[in-house]
Amino acid sequence: MSNPVIEIRGLRKAYGQNEAVRGIALSVSEGEVFAFLGPNGAGKTTTVEILEGYRGRDAGEVEVLGQDPRDGDRRWRERIGIVLQECRMEPLLTVRETLDLYAGYYEAPRDVTETIALVGLEGKADQRAGKLSGGQQRRLDVALALIGDAELLFLDEPTTGFDPSARRQAWEVIASLRELGKTVFLTTHYMDEAQFLADRVAIIRDGRIVAEGAPNELGGRAERATTIRFLLPPDVLQDELPGDIGRVEVELRGAGVAVSTDEPVATLNRLTGWALERGADLSGLEVSRPSLEDMYLELTEEPE
Amino acid sequence: MSLVWHQFRYDQRVFWRSPASVFFTVLLPLIFLFIFCEIFGGDTIEERGNVSIATYYVPGILTLAIVSATLVSLAISLVEARESGRLKRVRSTPIPTWATVAGRIGNALVISVLMTVIVTLIGRFLYDVEVPDSTIPALLVSLLVGAFAFSCLGFALTAVIPSEEAAPAVTNVAVLPLYFLSGVFIPDSEIPEGVLNFASIFPIRNFFEALFTAFDPATAGAGFEWGHLGIVALWGVVGLLLAARFFRWAPRG
Repeated sequence: MSNPVIEIRGLRKAYGQNEAVRGIALSVSEGEVFAFLGPNGAGKTTTVEILEGYRGRDAGEVEVLGQDPRDGDRRWRERIGIVLQECRMEPLLTVRETLDLYAGYYEAPRDVTETIALVGLEGKADQRAGKLSGGQQRRLDVALALIGDAELLFLDEPTTGFDPSARRQAWEVIASLRELGKTVFLTTHYMDEAQFLADRVAIIRDGRIVAEGAPNELGGRAERATTIRFLLPPDVLQDELPGDIGRVEVELRGAGVAVSTDEPVATLNRLTGWALERGADLSGLEVSRPSLEDMYLELTEEPE
Repeated sequence: MSLVWHQFRYDQRVFWRSPASVFFTVLLPLIFLFIFCEIFGGDTIEERGNVSIATYYVPGILTLAIVSATLVSLAISLVEARESGRLKRVRSTPIPTWATVAGRIGNALVISVLMTVIVTLIGRFLYDVEVPDSTIPALLVSLLVGAFAFSCLGFALTAVIPSEEAAPAVTNVAVLPLYFLSGVFIPDSEIPEGVLNFASIFPIRNFFEALFTAFDPATAGAGFEWGHLGIVALWGVVGLLLAARFFRWAPRG
């Protein structure tokens, strides 16, 4: 593992009686895209704000770029870039002016024109921020986080409220940050976003980290049973299916069948062999493993 | 220092592009000046040594203009910037807090100076109101003390403003009654003494008195109203302390 950019040990933070963060440990390495997931109120934003230097803490050790964010000075702030969960830009300045203004805050900013291109706002450079769509405003926000050429970027729910195509575009921007060698600390509600972007994810629930790992391996996802789904032909009864294909469940008001198996290749072979022999059409056939979302829901489910 | 200049340039640009700030801060005081001088033109105020009504209203409107350019403008624009998340965002960048604050106060000060020049020139060329040469330093010192004090009070006032929508209402509730009680809109010869004594606790009345002396042809000497300016400055310091303690960078909504 390369150098840790973020190191947290035993972090705690309470608001009165409410313990928002109850002893978490995390480490994020240089160049990594790390996604921090969890339901609302789980302690995500509190943790991010402690890392960003906005909030104090009750206990624990926190190092961001080798420094305690509590005494983050000007030089430290040169090295981090932040996209807040919500921020409206000054509506009366143009995209270029807004970036020029922020570029002036840094010692060695990135080129403004190049940064505008990076977030795909070339056509809007001379338009006032107040006239941009929500998605474009958010991309301007990301551009402001990039303008200082920081090493570490905090993106707090960067695509909340986007339409699908705006989200795709934002993902391309974030993916390009990885190519620039930036370390990205991302929080999100969208599992597909974490799946697409993150090298590693952690799930926080009730102030504790309940799972951590690569998106494909989270919570033993890689070892989980595979599900084969298809629609039962109308003239076939469930009993007529081959007997050795594993656990069979019927869903979708009787027509859909879900087979869960640890041997997907063999099971699929038996099933399709049987279907061909019988001349049955397995329409809607699909093979899937539990998605990151399935794992997330399982891990964050409230105990009954 | 170059950071302050940088910030100031953009604050200026935003100010002049905003129809609301140009209208309420620059045009409205001038409109009031014309209206009052045209309605009451020719009158004199016996209690003020028979000065013309324009000689009374020039410092009156100047009081209004400077309070608008500082306290009112700052409170409204700071709350907007706070609630939009921009103040919080700027805090994460390397620009030091003092430079952000100085850029905004610089902006308020420049508008105040500009309004002083415009109102004084209108008074001079349209209504025969002259500033005696001897009181020009006093006028400038009053302007500086007032602009600084009312800027501090603008920062302090944001602490009691919960949302962007509430900002214009709260600031107007804070200043409008005082304009009337302090003789900014109505000549103080028409206002009961008890009311004026009450208004004298507050900075607007004292600031007006200091400005009036600078425009009063009967003023002998340099015309420094140290007593009045002292009260204005004291309010400024109270505002500064309250702002240092209660000013918030993060949105409240």
